Amino acid sequence: MPLEIVFPMTNEHELQLDLERQGVFLSTVNRFYNWGRRSSIWPMAFGLACCAIEMMAFGLSRYDVARFGAELFRASPRQADLMIVAGTVTKKMAPQVVRLYNQMAEPRYVISMGACATSGGPFRDGYNVLRGIDLLVPVDVYVPGCPPRPEALLHALITLQDQIDRQKLGRVRWYGQGAKPQTTDFPVPTFGAQGLEIDGHLVDPVGGLPLVSSYTAPEFGEMKSGRLEHPEIVRHFPIMDPSVELEHPLKARGMAPEIAADDLKRGEVGNAEA
Amino acid sequence: MLKTEELQINIGPQHPSTHGVFRMIVTVDGETITDLKPVFGYLHRNHEQIAEQNTYLQNMPYTDRLDYFNSMANNQAYAMAVEQLVGIEVPERAEYLRVMMVELTRILNHAGALGFLINDMGMWQTQLAFGMREREKILDLFESASGARLMCNYFRFGGVVRDLPPDFIPRLKELLQAMPAFVDELERLLRENEILMQRAEGIGILPRDLALAYSVSGPVLRGSGIPYDVRKAQPYSVYDRFDFDVPVGTVGDVYDRFLVRIEEMRQSRRILEQVLEQLPDAQGGHINPKARQNVRPPVGDVYARIESPKGELGFYLVSDGSGKPYRYKVRAPSFINLTPLGDMCRGYKVADVVVILGSIDIVMGEVDR
Amino acid sequence: MPRLDAAELRERMARDLPGAVLEVVPLQVAAAPPHGPQPGAFMTSDTLVAPSRLVEAACYLRDLLGYAYLSDIAVVDYLADDLFELVYRFYHVEGGEGLTLKVRIPRDHPEVPSLTPAWPGANFHEREAFDLYGIVFVGHPFLRRIYMWDEFEGFPMRKDFPKQGDKYIGADE
Ligand code: SF4
Repeated sequence: MPLEIVFPMTNEHELQLDLERQGVFLSTVNRFYNWGRRSSIWPMAFGLACCAIEMMAFGLSRYDVARFGAELFRASPRQADLMIVAGTVTKKMAPQVVRLYNQMAEPRYVISMGACATSGGPFRDGYNVLRGIDLLVPVDVYVPGCPPRPEALLHALITLQDQIDRQKLGRVRWYGQGAKPQTTDFPVPTFGAQGLEIDGHLVDPVGGLPLVSSYTAPEFGEMKSGRLEHPEIVRHFPIMDPSVELEHPLKARGMAPEIAADDLKRGEVGNAEA
Repeated sequence: MLKTEELQINIGPQHPSTHGVFRMIVTVDGETITDLKPVFGYLHRNHEQIAEQNTYLQNMPYTDRLDYFNSMANNQAYAMAVEQLVGIEVPERAEYLRVMMVELTRILNHAGALGFLINDMGMWQTQLAFGMREREKILDLFESASGARLMCNYFRFGGVVRDLPPDFIPRLKELLQAMPAFVDELERLLRENEILMQRAEGIGILPRDLALAYSVSGPVLRGSGIPYDVRKAQPYSVYDRFDFDVPVGTVGDVYDRFLVRIEEMRQSRRILEQVLEQLPDAQGGHINPKARQNVRPPVGDVYARIESPKGELGFYLVSDGSGKPYRYKVRAPSFINLTPLGDMCRGYKVADVVVILGSIDIVMGEVDR
Repeated sequence: MPRLDAAELRERMARDLPGAVLEVVPLQVAAAPPHGPQPGAFMTSDTLVAPSRLVEAACYLRDLLGYAYLSDIAVVDYLADDLFELVYRFYHVEGGEGLTLKVRIPRDHPEVPSLTPAWPGANFHEREAFDLYGIVFVGHPFLRRIYMWDEFEGFPMRKDFPKQGDKYIGADE
């Protein structure tokens, strides 16, 4: 059968797919390499809290992640490619999470599952709760929800596979030249009198942090010559740069105090200890 | 005689069979355990402190996240505590719906717990997949009633948030019909399985007196031969209208605790059948229309407890007359059930630790709160 | 089933353990608001025991009355009254209502005798109370922080512990 190639198709990837449908397989080393990697992401069997139950459901009978090649939950970080941070990261647990991440071999990916891992979630105001794992390690995919349904986690996995597909062998950060700030060990926080500390700075001080993270995953894990591609979008963070001012706490709430005082659910705000 | 030296091993907090972020420091002499110290706090997320800043109703979804296997049971204990504090009546239909949900929860909790135990014994995920299959069916029911699979947040002060959807009862009946076969299958696996017998019989014995002194509760207490079940001992809700037995063990080892759990699944099924028979079909009776949700209880304190699948779950509330609890304390069953872990493990082998821990059936959200 | 209510218990304890039962003083609980309805005082109906006689009273409940199941130990920080209250809850294995003992200790010197030597089940309850409220249980074999790390300063569940987070904004405005 003669091939009918539709020329207006400019996207190389779609062209390939189109050819494949007609029985012609073209491949590049890049694509083959990524295909191999994306079809066997081994997650680490590492549950922290309630979200871990949904993570288990995602691996077991009904949702069956084996369809996506990621069913092999490894108990050891050395054998895992993907860390699913499933649940509340407490300050007591945070050093272990960073240590586990450091022990994983590159390429390594992180899915932050649920509101807690992403921002502290419902327990954000607790004295022992870390407000988001992205304060300590870079995150590739965030999954909203409390808990996210297993389908949502499957979608996160597919998103991650998509990201892997688009990585270029010559430019990925773990093969690139020069210093590789994101492939070295991340600082493990230590326990201080007020909370977690890195180099004497509180990781998560009272009053909250700017809603940004120090370790922004550069787009699709790539880096040119060891430097961040878009330094202007990398957000600063007090540990790195003490001159950055904290946002005003009221701003985070997104609500004027007068409105807040009128809010039915917060009936006590105005007159509690006046 | 070989001379041996004591060695300390650290198990956890990231370990596949510690059921979450739990850590044990085990001192061994050869393979034999001489001491075990549990270390907690890796999931201490300040539930109680946050609860003191929330209004009473805002705490309801937080209770879901205590024992995240059994959100319905936690809801019931908390709703009961607030109702006692304020003095809210619950309509009869709502009471039946509550019992129905909590008994379903018990079945799914035990199915999961059995799966995890057998997983820990080295049968990998075979049994867990079976348990999860049943669990998903019950979660579907929960989802149709409450809108969420896991964190149901279904109870309100004075009843439940909405009535059952029309197809709930037929689906539940179907499920109950299929259940005996599943439980029998589980029991066959348990009774005739060589691995399980070897690793469960005579392991982790908790004698009767010790069980009481340690004030453990739930299947652990009953496995040691004390027929204490809050549903019988201090009947709440409508439990005094049902006919069910409290299974007890004789030796108090891992095997007994699991027989107790299997039997409890059967008894829950019995209760559910009676619930279906007696369920009053009053329209709109799922919540007391007079019950306000933003309550301001009078000054005072209250302690309400239920028999959650893991043991006695209690809420102690102190009100200062405002819309927020002044003190909110959770008596978490699996936290207290961990107290005798050191004594239960002493003298056994290291490999038994995970099995004994699995037989206590802990969930860290509740242990650390 | 043995059913004793709090009044009977107080009577019997006053007879058998003279001096152990204290007169209940009403608690103010929260500081009174400057205007609006005043909340009433909190007058507990449970048995208030002198801290030094606590172990004796608990053993009396267990050995003579058969209330062997120590279900719960809760601490309440009554900041306005400047005291901590410890709530011990006991049940009978044969069922029925429970009995409650309460102990009040000053906030600046929070010390009570430990029940753990007599009652191993009190162990974790007491460690939790020590961790979150800083209550010292004299005679406890292993009184260490249970949830927080050892370097942590302060007792986070106390009402005067500095709070962080969005929820607390506006509380003292
Ligand atoms: S996001 Fe929700 S379900 Fe997930 S760990 Fe946090 S509280 Fe639990």
